Amino acid sequence: MSKRFFAVLSVLIIASMALAACGATGGAGATLKIVSSLPMTGSSLTQTQTIVNAMQLRLEQAGSKACGGKYTIEYEAWDDASAALGKWDPAVETENANKAAADASIIAYLGTFNSGAAKLSIPILNAAGPLTMISPANTNPGLTKADKDLPGVTDSYYPTGVRSYSRVVAADDIQGKVAANFVKSLGATTVYILDDQELYGKGVADVFDATAQEIGLTVVGHEGIDPKAADYKALMTKISTSNAGGPPDAIYVGMVVDNNASQLLKDKVAIMGDNETVKYVGPDGIQTQAFIDGAGADVSAGVYASVAGVALDKLPPAGLQFVKDYTAKFGDLTEPYAVYGYETMNVALKAIEDVCAAGGDPTDRAAINSAVFAIKNFDGALGTWSFDANGDASLTDMTFYQVKDGKYEAVGTFK
Amino acid sequence: METTRKKFNWRRFAIATLVLYIVFLLGPIVGLDIPVVAAAIKANPLQLVQFLIIGISNGAIVAIIALGYTMVYGIIELINFAHGDVYMIGVFTSLTVLSVTGTLESKDPVKIVLGLIFALIIAIVFCAVLNATIERLAYRRLRNAPRLAPLISAIGMSFIIENIGLMWAAQAWLVPSFGTTGGASQKVFPDMLGILFASLGWNINLLASSGLALRLTIKDLLVIVLAVVLMTGLYLFVQRTRLGKAMRATAQNRDAAKMLGIDIDRVITATFLIGGGLAGAAGLMAGLYNNTAWWFMGFRAGLQSFTAAVLGGIGNITGGMLGGFLIGLLASFSDGYLNARWTNALVFATLVLILLFRPTGLLGEQTGQKA
Repeated sequence: MSKRFFAVLSVLIIASMALAACGATGGAGATLKIVSSLPMTGSSLTQTQTIVNAMQLRLEQAGSKACGGKYTIEYEAWDDASAALGKWDPAVETENANKAAADASIIAYLGTFNSGAAKLSIPILNAAGPLTMISPANTNPGLTKADKDLPGVTDSYYPTGVRSYSRVVAADDIQGKVAANFVKSLGATTVYILDDQELYGKGVADVFDATAQEIGLTVVGHEGIDPKAADYKALMTKISTSNAGGPPDAIYVGMVVDNNASQLLKDKVAIMGDNETVKYVGPDGIQTQAFIDGAGADVSAGVYASVAGVALDKLPPAGLQFVKDYTAKFGDLTEPYAVYGYETMNVALKAIEDVCAAGGDPTDRAAINSAVFAIKNFDGALGTWSFDANGDASLTDMTFYQVKDGKYEAVGTFK
Repeated sequence: METTRKKFNWRRFAIATLVLYIVFLLGPIVGLDIPVVAAAIKANPLQLVQFLIIGISNGAIVAIIALGYTMVYGIIELINFAHGDVYMIGVFTSLTVLSVTGTLESKDPVKIVLGLIFALIIAIVFCAVLNATIERLAYRRLRNAPRLAPLISAIGMSFIIENIGLMWAAQAWLVPSFGTTGGASQKVFPDMLGILFASLGWNINLLASSGLALRLTIKDLLVIVLAVVLMTGLYLFVQRTRLGKAMRATAQNRDAAKMLGIDIDRVITATFLIGGGLAGAAGLMAGLYNNTAWWFMGFRAGLQSFTAAVLGGIGNITGGMLGGFLIGLLASFSDGYLNARWTNALVFATLVLILLFRPTGLLGEQTGQKA
């Protein structure tokens, strides 16, 4: 037994040494590395897999080369979720950021998906060069824009004083506001707000709350839910009589799908009926097929969700071409975030080319970061847009989708 | 011994003061404003009954899972972290059986009832065997190792089973409704009881004809009845049968039981079989009640049930049931009358408070140097 074990062990050791040797010889030449850090264990995978696919697609279109073939570009998709949490894990995201900071060949960090995760990695990457970070999906406003109620918080994310974080998606100060106006336009006068108590979910719910009160919607209640609860029947029972003995006209949920979003909807429908009677509206965190699959086509029928940008079939020509290429390679595309993933890789490659064109060294992280922030009137898959000094893209469209026959369908674009 | 005991009392007093401070002074912040809650109850007293129904139904599921934790702990003093995940496998097993037998598409009441009974049996058998297999593979060899070793291997088993759940949920050929979004997302467990009642032309709300603004659905009733039946059965089994007696003897003193000729391995295997079977039954019940199948649901349920087992006195079967119902009720009332944000805090504050005054849990026995 022990002899055989020893034999197997030694074969394994020799095999691994041989493999390691192969790896060492293969890595010669000037290589730039781009990594993404997205939650790939948990319900968000439905969204993040399409983002990773899109990033890979953009890189393949460039032949994995930059600056006229002088540099080879490698891309690695890192997971910032853990099986223990079933969603993004603060410990893993911090580890990813530190790992990226320590690897000098990495010149761009594409991520994160969750705003709470970005809050952790921005300061680490900012102090490492700064290593530029481009997010396809973070929508919490405070990551880039100072909040008048929380002075100094945004600046504290950038210890070197240089901005190193940018995003290609419109923030929740726009999303929450547009959502409140949208709910009012549905004819609702009373609304109950629930959030998942995360930076993103609570952030967008708070903006919704403030805007709702400004435009004359009555906020019956605003609560945070336990994202691990087995069910929400008691909570929904309470809400069903919260508006002077009856249910409110609408419920707004600020949350991501990983935080038990489908269960929340199931219990709402079980207690208060379908989504025509009491409207159910959420942000981009629940605009994914995984949400509908989890709740069922009949239960989720009529749910509204907003996503920054325009519907996939309304994209500019470059975007439509992307959808075509993506579909040819990976099959049908319904998830809204793939095009944002594509655009982040687009931005990273553009920055590398710009540095080379200016005679700079693309292995210099600071140079790449400045090149990202210098992007103006960029003709990308999302349209023609620019980054402002905070790192926000000049894109403010917000599209609402509604579940019909088990799929999200665009119902209109707002500003 | 004397000095340490005095010191301990002081610490307990300090913590108790802190807890009382939090409850009474910081309570109103979380919505524990007694006049407001009292007014809410007065305005709608029926809703109190509604929260009671929801709390008991949820508590019943927690209690059944808690039994698995408490039985295993009673026998081998191991916190079987994989237990919650066995329950998750129970959900997937019953869903798969319902799908494979064609029950999901059926509108025929007889077929649905037979399908559900068949799914219950398969889920119980499969989870019982799975749990016993886990014990055989991961715990038996470590039975005499330091306490930490089986604990770590239990956590390892938990991760392995969670990942099996992740893979299972991606097998759309088994259950077409799993869809194409992969194993990570939540899946629908169809509302079979709702479909059954609709096919018979009955209202799912059993109190609909009473005119009261109350919902006691067939789901609530089934969960409660099944839980009571299972718990009574278990209690009688442990108290009245030879094997039950052997289990109690092994729990009291493993070595002495061995000396009296009890086959310890057989008793432990039986314990794991029963615990797993209960988890399988809980799986079907939770699937029918909450209509969700999710690879991660075992973790949440496991944490809650473990808390229930500790609350009731770990190792004590009646205590496990009591703890389960208590947690279900606490969560339901907190969601209903306070801010849902604080439900977990309230549950764990109660746990701390009870453990301060009864360190062995509500019905826990003095375990002496064991603990």
